[in-house]
Amino acid sequence: MAITREEVRHVATLFRLGLSEEDIARFQEQLSQIIDYFQVLQQVDTEGVEPTSHTLALENVMRDDEARPSFPPEDILANAPLPANGFFRVRAVLE
Amino acid sequence: MADRPLYDLTAHEAADLLARREVSSRQLTEAVLERIRQVEGRIEAFVSLTEDVALRQSDEADRRIAAGDATPLTGVPAAIKDVICTKGVRTTCGSRMLENFVPPYNAHVAERLLEAGLVMVGKANMDEYAMGSSTENSAFHPTHNPWDLERVPGGSSGGSAAAVAASEALYALGSDTGGSIRQPASLCGVVGMKPTYGRVSRFGLVAFASSLDQIGPLTRDVTDCALVLNAIAGHDRRDATSAPLETPDYRQALVPDLKGVRVGVPREYFVEGMDDGVRACIEDAVRRMEALGAEADWDVSLPSTGSALACYYIIAPSEASANLARYDGVKYGYSNMQGESMFENMERTRQYGFGDEVKRRIMLGTYALSAGYYDAYYLKAQKVRTLIRREFDEAFQRCDVLVSAVSPTPAFRIGEKTDNPLQMYLSDVCTIPVNIAGLPAISVPAGFVDGLPVGLHIMGKPFDEPAILRAAYAYEQATDWHKARPPL
Repeated sequence: MAITREEVRHVATLFRLGLSEEDIARFQEQLSQIIDYFQVLQQVDTEGVEPTSHTLALENVMRDDEARPSFPPEDILANAPLPANGFFRVRAVLE
Repeated sequence: MADRPLYDLTAHEAADLLARREVSSRQLTEAVLERIRQVEGRIEAFVSLTEDVALRQSDEADRRIAAGDATPLTGVPAAIKDVICTKGVRTTCGSRMLENFVPPYNAHVAERLLEAGLVMVGKANMDEYAMGSSTENSAFHPTHNPWDLERVPGGSSGGSAAAVAASEALYALGSDTGGSIRQPASLCGVVGMKPTYGRVSRFGLVAFASSLDQIGPLTRDVTDCALVLNAIAGHDRRDATSAPLETPDYRQALVPDLKGVRVGVPREYFVEGMDDGVRACIEDAVRRMEALGAEADWDVSLPSTGSALACYYIIAPSEASANLARYDGVKYGYSNMQGESMFENMERTRQYGFGDEVKRRIMLGTYALSAGYYDAYYLKAQKVRTLIRREFDEAFQRCDVLVSAVSPTPAFRIGEKTDNPLQMYLSDVCTIPVNIAGLPAISVPAGFVDGLPVGLHIMGKPFDEPAILRAAYAYEQATDWHKARPPL
C-alpha cells in the first residue's frame, strides 16, 4: 500500500485529528488507493511550467488602513464553547 | 399561469404576478410553505426551515412592492445552502461541528439578496463542508432526488437542487468547488451556474478550498439564473479575491438564437463508462444548437482533462486541511473538553465533530502538504493546473463556449457509492476542470434517461457569463425539458 499505518498516524497527529484504530485501518486502505491514483500526474510533463495557486491575475490586494467598527465582543462570544469574563477559556497550553 | 400552482412558477413569472398585484408575496410564500409541508418528509431538502423568517420577510416584501420599490426578486421564496452565513439563523455546513453555530453576520450574497427583497424559507441540506457528490455526507440526513426518491440528488448542493426541483423554493443559492452546483442541478433537472472565480464574493461562505469555491444560483430556468446572478455578482472588498470589475446586466445576454456562436465539443469529456443515453442527449443538444445557428466543432481537444481529477483531489484537500484547522473547539462550534490536555481536546473535538469524508480529505491534504511530499503532490498539481488553464485558453481562441455532459451518468442510487470514495470522486470528472481553471459554467436541462434528468454543461471564458447564458437560453427556449416537473 502507498501509505503505512504509521504514516496515517503521523499525518493525523500533524493535524491533531483524533482517529480510532478502525479509522486508521480503513483510511490506510482508502488513502492508499487514492494516492495510487495520483500517480497519473507523474506522467504529465511539467518541465518549465510555472505553478498556479489561483486563477485571477490579482496580486497584493491592499485596502486603506482605516479604523472600522468590529463585532461587539458579546456577539463573538455567543458561539464560544466556554466564555469567561469576556474571554475564550482554554486548557493550559504550557504545562 | 392561473392553471399552475404558485409554487411551480419560475421566479420571473412570480415576479410578474407580484408586480401586477395578482398575488401578494404573503400568498406566494404561504403556498410554498404549504408545499414544503406536503413533500419535505419525502425529499428532506432542508437542514432548517425558517417559516417565521419567511413570513416576516414576505410582509416586508409586500410593503416594498406597494411602495414601488421592488426588484425582480422581491418577495420570491428561496432556499440558501447551509454553507452560507445567515445572521441569527443557524448555519451548520452539514456538520456536527457547526450544529449549533449561529453566525453573527451575513455573507455578502445574503446581504445582497436581503437588499433585493429575499424571502428565505430555509437552509438547504448539503454534504458536510461541501465535500461530496451525493448529499449523503450530511451529518443530519440524506436528501432524496425528487425524480426518484431512491436516488441521490447529487451534491454537495443537493438540498438546494432538490428544493428547486420539488417546488419547495423558487430559486436557491449553492456553492461549487468541483461541480457542487452543476452536478446536482443536472441530476435534479434544474439550471445551475458556477460563475467565474472572483465574480461573486466568498465573504461569509464557510471555506472549503479557497482557490476553487464559488457561490452561484440554482433556478428553474435560465432567465431566473440571470436574475439571481444580477443580484449576487460584483466586487466586495471583504473578499480579496473578488474581481474589481463592473458587472453587466445578465438579462441582456438572453438572446434566443446562436447565430455565429462557435461551440466546441471537447472529445476527452466523453469519458469511459459514460452512459449511452447521456451521450445521446448531449449529441442531440449540440445538433439543436447547430440548428439555432451555432457553428459546432466536434473535435476540440483538451489533452490534460484526464489529469484534472487527480490534480483536484490534491489541491482541494490541501486547501481544506488549512481551512479546517480553525475548528479547534475554542472559538465556536462543537467542543470536547474531556481530554487530559489542549491537544487531546482538539483531537477529540475533531474526531466527533467531523464526518468520515471530511476526515479523509483532511488526511489527504495534510499528507500532500507534509514534508517530503509537497513537491511530488501539491507543487506538481499546481503545475498541472497551469496546463489545464492553458489548454482552455487555447480552445477559447477558436470557440466561444465548450459543451459536454455535466455528469457521465444520471442520478445513482442512495448508498451505491458510499463505500468507494474514488468511485464517488469520478462522478465529478466533467465539472472539476472548470474549477481548476476558474471558468464559468452552467448546467441546463437537456433530456431524460429512464425518467432521470440529464444536464448539458456549457463552459465559457473567464467573466464571459453572458456567452454561456446566451447559449443556455437559446437551447432552453428551443426545448421543453425545463418545463418538466417531477411527479410528487
